[in-house]
Amino acid sequence: MFEVIFLQFLNGLDKGAAYALIALGLTLVFGTLGVVNFAHGALFMLGAFCAVTVRMFLTMETVTVDPEKLSPWGSPLEIREPLVQAWFGDFGAVLVNYSVPLSIIITIPIMLVVGIALERGIIKHFYKRSHAEQILVTFGLAIVAQEVIKSVYGPNPIPQPMPTDLRGAADIGAFLGMQANIITYPIWRLIYFVFAAVVIGGVFAFLQFTTFGMVVRAGMADRETVALLGINIDRRFTIMFGLAAVVAGIAGVMYTPLLPPNYHLGMDFLVLSFVVVVVGGMGSLPGAVAAGFLLGILQSFASMNQVKAVFPGIDQIIIYLVAVIILLVRPRGLFGRRGVMEA
Amino acid sequence: MTILKRGLSRRRVLQTGMAGIIGSGVAPLVFTKGAWAQEFCNNPTGDTVVFGLNLPLTGTYAEEGADEQRAYELAIAHLNGEGDGGLLNVLQPSALKGNGILGKKVTYVSSDSQTKSDVARAGATRMIERDGAIMITGGSSSGEAIAVQGLCQEMGVIFMAGLTHSNDTTGKDKRRYGFRHFFNAYQSGIGLAPVLGDSYGKDRRAYHLTADYTWGWTQEESIKNATEALGWETVAAVRTPLGATDYSQYLTPILNSGADVLILNHYGLDMVNSLTQAVQFGMRDRQANGKDFQIVTPLISELMAKGAGESVKGIFGTSNWHWNLQDPGSIAFTKSFGAKYGSPPSQAAHTAYVQALLYADAVERAGTFYPPEVIKALEGFEFDGMGNGPTVYRADDHQCIKSVLVVQGNESPTSEFDVLNVFQEIDRDTVTYDPTIFGGELGEAEPVPMCA
Repeated sequence: MFEVIFLQFLNGLDKGAAYALIALGLTLVFGTLGVVNFAHGALFMLGAFCAVTVRMFLTMETVTVDPEKLSPWGSPLEIREPLVQAWFGDFGAVLVNYSVPLSIIITIPIMLVVGIALERGIIKHFYKRSHAEQILVTFGLAIVAQEVIKSVYGPNPIPQPMPTDLRGAADIGAFLGMQANIITYPIWRLIYFVFAAVVIGGVFAFLQFTTFGMVVRAGMADRETVALLGINIDRRFTIMFGLAAVVAGIAGVMYTPLLPPNYHLGMDFLVLSFVVVVVGGMGSLPGAVAAGFLLGILQSFASMNQVKAVFPGIDQIIIYLVAVIILLVRPRGLFGRRGVMEA
Repeated sequence: MTILKRGLSRRRVLQTGMAGIIGSGVAPLVFTKGAWAQEFCNNPTGDTVVFGLNLPLTGTYAEEGADEQRAYELAIAHLNGEGDGGLLNVLQPSALKGNGILGKKVTYVSSDSQTKSDVARAGATRMIERDGAIMITGGSSSGEAIAVQGLCQEMGVIFMAGLTHSNDTTGKDKRRYGFRHFFNAYQSGIGLAPVLGDSYGKDRRAYHLTADYTWGWTQEESIKNATEALGWETVAAVRTPLGATDYSQYLTPILNSGADVLILNHYGLDMVNSLTQAVQFGMRDRQANGKDFQIVTPLISELMAKGAGESVKGIFGTSNWHWNLQDPGSIAFTKSFGAKYGSPPSQAAHTAYVQALLYADAVERAGTFYPPEVIKALEGFEFDGMGNGPTVYRADDHQCIKSVLVVQGNESPTSEFDVLNVFQEIDRDTVTYDPTIFGGELGEAEPVPMCA
């Protein structure tokens, strides 16, 4: 039984990592700019499509026809050779194989620019509007983004293979000194969890230990006082919006081997992530992370056959059920502060 | 009074006599032939006839839908006398002439069913009512097929199902206006179980993951019955939502469940995702109960095998048809399709193409588009040359009875298309079953409902 519970726990961490990463970005934007950003899921999706685009370029092929050989249907055989491998040999093959993690290098500047442009171009005009109007405009942006992706990449999911060396399962049981093959878990999912932990830790460290982060935190606490000190807090908040976009984007990149991305990917995660933010407490970064992992783990345990035998279908509703209970008991969420979204 | 004055003229006698003959029902048949001409839905009056293609171009079964569309376009081209003629040259017997259907050029309209039953039904309604489709065909989901064939029965339009594998399609939900060329889950069980017994032994414990809709339920039931008859034990059968993408929460409980076989009752992208994730979880490298852990995909296609890549190697499943069969029909279709599209056809494409031709042939043999006559022409029709050997469109349930393939993921593919091997061809007699076992009523062909 220990193995079963441990595996479900790992599974919960893995799911929770994705929820926490998206909820972290959402909370960063809400905490700094006070904007309820319904376009945040679209940023996750755009990051995933950065990985798709990088792989498309890396796998471009030259096609030559060999009239000597025939295809199974009797036509001259088309021989396809990947351009990158033709140019760089084995190194080209490595680039193709590791296209997903390599995409992060491209995704970071792209998402930074996208985030800053979005904030400066549209969202800043809605700072003084109501939350309802902010939700409407950002939701509209999300729809525009997904329709653009749909028209360019088509409506269907585009699988992104993980590097071949990382495709198997790690024998965690053997690593912990237990019997082999009892607790195994996919390597890429473990990598995703570690990646999420590093990103979350990095964001917290950035806010906690840098001067920039300290100013941002001060601005989150009292924007007007910081501005009166002569600090351009708006510029820093704009950069924070870009940073949130980067976090969402690279989370999307690393998730592509687990879930073939399509244009609807952002919406699929957005609803869950908002539940995570609300449960964690609006504007609370630790709350977003804690709630992400908590709900991921609960969802995983709710999927156990023993649980479903008692409560059929509980795995589909557990997150919303817990959200209702927490909001009834603690209306501000787990880590919510007084006065946030209570006006 | 005028008549009395003028008396009975010769013309009046002829008119009265003729009216009496017709009225008393003794008119020669030549006068009544075609009398139904204006009395059925979308009777084609011009020089064209419209097929309604209901295809899942988005959603879980989108790959199959795209391949079906290619096949229909090819079939329509061949029916109109374009291209190399494809299977028109090998269908036996055949009334097809390559000049359209009854001299009318075939055109088509299409609708994206999104792999959703309600959308499929709405699309079919639109194609019948707005676009004048004489026949509806396509689909890659049994949920869609059952929804659309029910609609077609209500509207008096023939439905030639695309890929649908649920026992219910020609079982409890069968309809007089619906016809299925594709095989079904029950036949998969009959064909696959002996191969599984020979390969993996009679003492196995199976865990099912099942797509939660009609096809998944009937496939799970059929495979459970067939494997339990072998001596296998079913540890658990867990339902997963259609279109689920992350299967990790369903896969982790399997690892320590005591099962040594995972049976994936999934299709399309669901199967690609569940199979690749199961392999990522190390299931194919595991030992359970002192045996190598095995994965089985009872229904598999080359499109899915290609999507699953390395994960599918060595895995058993069943298929309706495969492009590397070496009979004249399969060779002709693969050549024709490959030359046009640069890839071999899938089983979904094959069944779509064959259904279009069988409908056209039935209309030619009936000499009319009037659905009840076309239905009569299809019921009990024996044919050969379409790639599955001698086949009959069984009149009792509108299920095509023909051979079934057990296939296996190719361990050493020679090309990107060489992903499945035909492991065994199960003959038609072996997969023939009593049509009454699944219940259901076909309903009546007449009176023909009017669609608008």
